[in-house]
Amino acid sequence: MPIVKGPMTDSKPRDLFPGALEMMILESLRRQPAHGYALVQHIQQRSNNLLQVEEGSLYPALQRLLKSKLVKAEWGVSSTNRRVRTYQITALGLRHLEQQISSFERMFEGIALVLNPGKSPAS
Amino acid sequence: MEWIPSFLRRRRLYDDLSEEMQLHLEERAEHLMAEGMSPREAQQAARRAFGNRTLLEERSRLVWQWPTLESIWADVRIAMRNLRRSPGFTIAAVMTLALAIGANAVVFGVLNALILRPLNVPDAQSLYTIERGGYKEQATSYPDYLDLRDRNRSFDGLTAYILIQVALDTGKNPSEVWGYEVTGNYFDAMKIQPYLGRFFHVADEHGPNSAPYLVLAYAYWHSHFQDDRGVVGRVVQVNKHPYTVLGVTPPDFRGTLLFFSPDFFVPMVNREDGPSFLSNRGQRNIFMVLGHVKAGVTPAQAIADLNSIGAYLEKTYPKDDAYMTYSLARPSLIGDMLGPAVKGFMTGLMLLAGLILLAACANLGSLFAARAADRSREVALRLALGSSRTRILRAVLTEALLISLVGGVLGLLGSVALLRQLSTWQPIPEYPMHVPLYPDAKVYLVALLLALTSGFLFGAVPVRQILRTNPYEVVKAGSTGIIAGNAGRRITLRDVLLVVQIAICAVLVTSSLVAVRGLARSIHSNFGFEPENAILVDTTLSMAGYSGDKVPAMQRRMINALQTIPGVRSVGFVSEIPLGGGGETADVFTEQTTDLRTSNAAANVQVYKISPEYICAAGTSLLAGRGFSWQDDGNSPRVAIVNAQFARRVFGSVSNALDKYYKTEEGTRVQIVGIAEDGKYYQMTEDPRPAMFLPFLQSPTGMTTLVVRSERDPQQLAGAIRIKLRGIDDGLPMFIQTWTQGLDIAMFPSRVATVALGMLGLMGAMLSLTGMFGMAAYSVSKRLRELGIRMALGARRSEVLQAALGRSLRLLAIGSAAGLLLGVLASRVLAFIVYTATPRDPLILAGVVLTMLLLGLVATWIPAQRALSIDPMTLLRED
Repeated sequence: MPIVKGPMTDSKPRDLFPGALEMMILESLRRQPAHGYALVQHIQQRSNNLLQVEEGSLYPALQRLLKSKLVKAEWGVSSTNRRVRTYQITALGLRHLEQQISSFERMFEGIALVLNPGKSPAS
Repeated sequence: MEWIPSFLRRRRLYDDLSEEMQLHLEERAEHLMAEGMSPREAQQAARRAFGNRTLLEERSRLVWQWPTLESIWADVRIAMRNLRRSPGFTIAAVMTLALAIGANAVVFGVLNALILRPLNVPDAQSLYTIERGGYKEQATSYPDYLDLRDRNRSFDGLTAYILIQVALDTGKNPSEVWGYEVTGNYFDAMKIQPYLGRFFHVADEHGPNSAPYLVLAYAYWHSHFQDDRGVVGRVVQVNKHPYTVLGVTPPDFRGTLLFFSPDFFVPMVNREDGPSFLSNRGQRNIFMVLGHVKAGVTPAQAIADLNSIGAYLEKTYPKDDAYMTYSLARPSLIGDMLGPAVKGFMTGLMLLAGLILLAACANLGSLFAARAADRSREVALRLALGSSRTRILRAVLTEALLISLVGGVLGLLGSVALLRQLSTWQPIPEYPMHVPLYPDAKVYLVALLLALTSGFLFGAVPVRQILRTNPYEVVKAGSTGIIAGNAGRRITLRDVLLVVQIAICAVLVTSSLVAVRGLARSIHSNFGFEPENAILVDTTLSMAGYSGDKVPAMQRRMINALQTIPGVRSVGFVSEIPLGGGGETADVFTEQTTDLRTSNAAANVQVYKISPEYICAAGTSLLAGRGFSWQDDGNSPRVAIVNAQFARRVFGSVSNALDKYYKTEEGTRVQIVGIAEDGKYYQMTEDPRPAMFLPFLQSPTGMTTLVVRSERDPQQLAGAIRIKLRGIDDGLPMFIQTWTQGLDIAMFPSRVATVALGMLGLMGAMLSLTGMFGMAAYSVSKRLRELGIRMALGARRSEVLQAALGRSLRLLAIGSAAGLLLGVLASRVLAFIVYTATPRDPLILAGVVLTMLLLGLVATWIPAQRALSIDPMTLLRED
């Protein structure tokens, strides 16, 4: 399981919800193709290091995405002249990502409503 | 079919993955080094940030795998590797289970063949035999049968048959064969088509001696006519009368009794006593009446239908017919004659076999628990390295299932071999008895299911242990394996399992001892005759063509001839020997009775027609009065010798009966001139029955079993008898055996019971032996250090033993006591098979206690030796 050092920064790690890591990977790849290491860097930077993904846990997620043909991979050479396996999002991946984001947003909205009953989500 | 290419590509996918991860680690380390870390530190930090690489790689691969099957296969491979590493454990476990499953498969196979499997005739589900009256009698007279057949509205053809033995002469040597005398509609009612030629039908019969036709059973045709198709139309001699062979039955038809395969079928209208048999309503010679209940008719409706016919018969023929109420039963085990006993016994046996399996499971369970305890460090390490508990449990369960499958298959193979062997076994040479016990799919299925279930059962024993494993504690505790908080527990699961197992074993030992003792007693019980030093010569004179006045003359010549053999003390004959499997009964009436209808009878009595010397030759003792003499013939007043039970039943006491008269069914007055001791007539377990002996010169009989009493060697004597009788008539068929052999049929049930229970008891004893040995050896090996310290501190040998084995022996005592109690209760089931089976016999109780004690001693002997040979110095130096 990928683990998160949550914003509450208590020492206990906390599981990311299922599918979250995949969603973040797809989102990163939508911006630009990348190899595993770069993806980890990207996710950590974008989350202001709030999400400290155990680096290796990226790979099972990537294999799942590969298997369901949401991404494709190719061996190549990076700008820094390293042998890398670069991942690219597929058309199917794009569609999937959009569905995921919208369903995630709905879920987030719902959670926010429950946690802050006074506020209306529109405001 | 996406998985086919992915299966082929998988190697590359995995390689890509490993390389990718390796590159990731390198890139991270380079970055860290660029930030100023040393290469060593950077590599370590990179690995920490990456997480458990092995686990992650495994999880990534899992994505591509066909999930369940492949991981099961992986588990199986690991389990096999583990099991190979401890061959002793594996062999012990597999053999234990193979024995237990084998025993269950054999018992179930027999149960299946005897009870569950229907007879091999079309529509066996609707086939019933008709039983009459409260005693569930099968015997019926031919006129009654005709009324039942023609007046009922519930059966698709009611048919009947009689078992007979004849001398069959096919042109070569005349030989004695067994067959069925059947009614003309037999094959039509059974819906059987001929394999060869044709069958006879009702239309072929026109009264006595009208249908000299014979149908051969396939097996007999195959073995005695070598499949000769030209046999149809040939004339053969049956008891010296010509019969025409009409056809051959299909191979899978073995008659309508499970354990008695006839060699041939002839119409019963051709019986030698045809005219009287066909017309005499009181002559109940038909062995069984049976038929298919019509579709849409329930058994209850059929019974009601039969009962209304019965009521009609009682009213119309009050002299011959009484108690004409009917019930239905399955024909395969002669209805209620054997059915309930066989069912009860087989159910009891199945229960005991189940107990064996349970004991085996308890045994294996404690083995597995011990193994899991020994492997607690391995388990802890695996947990610490990130393996999940489910994964470890799955591995343990896979091991258990693997053992149960291998053991189950081995046990099944053994039981199939044994069942096949039993199927060809002919326990009583005199009768064509054998039971087709061949296992079918049901047996295989049950055995495998039992194996799997027990695998889950004993595999589940260590689950709690593994779930509770705390890797930190275990690793910290080191090789001594003593974990705080565990040592103080008073009763462990292993203890409970051992007690259960020992209790089960004690149950089995108790029941097998009960059976053995019952058999021993029945051998020495009072039969009402003396089977030792007596030889039986079975000759059916009708087979050799004797009839009318020639019969008693021939009987007398045989007796005279045998008396001249040196060493022979006395010779007599009886129409049918008691406990020989057959028997004739008659109603008797008090002298005052004038209305001689069956319902007014004073008793229904066993009838034995004897020659004057029989009483002496058989060793039957007379309590009062005299025996018969040759003067008791047709010209002198009718006399009889009755047994004590007859005297008590009809006259109130033995002394009252002597010289009194009773009346026969025909109204003839018969004087009682002697009182004989009670005996056993049908079976060993029966209650006292009334019986009477009649002089053969007043009540002629063609059935002749000669009893020759002599101390000479039976083998020699048999030869001498054969020569003498051949001298009188060289065509006389005869069967010679000792009387003890003649009792085989009566002893058969209790012998089978004894062998079966003995085997189960032995297995139970073996199981508890290994179980206890395992437990004792394990506890000694676990506590070697402690025992060493005790010895170093000056403990005496007895104290060491007490510490090492006290617990095992206490458990043994508890288990034995519980088992003995249960065994005493369970053995009631045996009481109606095994003669005088009572578990409350002090000898049995003592035997069980002694056996268990002995088992305990044997099982703990080696561990005790090991405990005593501990050298504290070497032991303490080791750590």
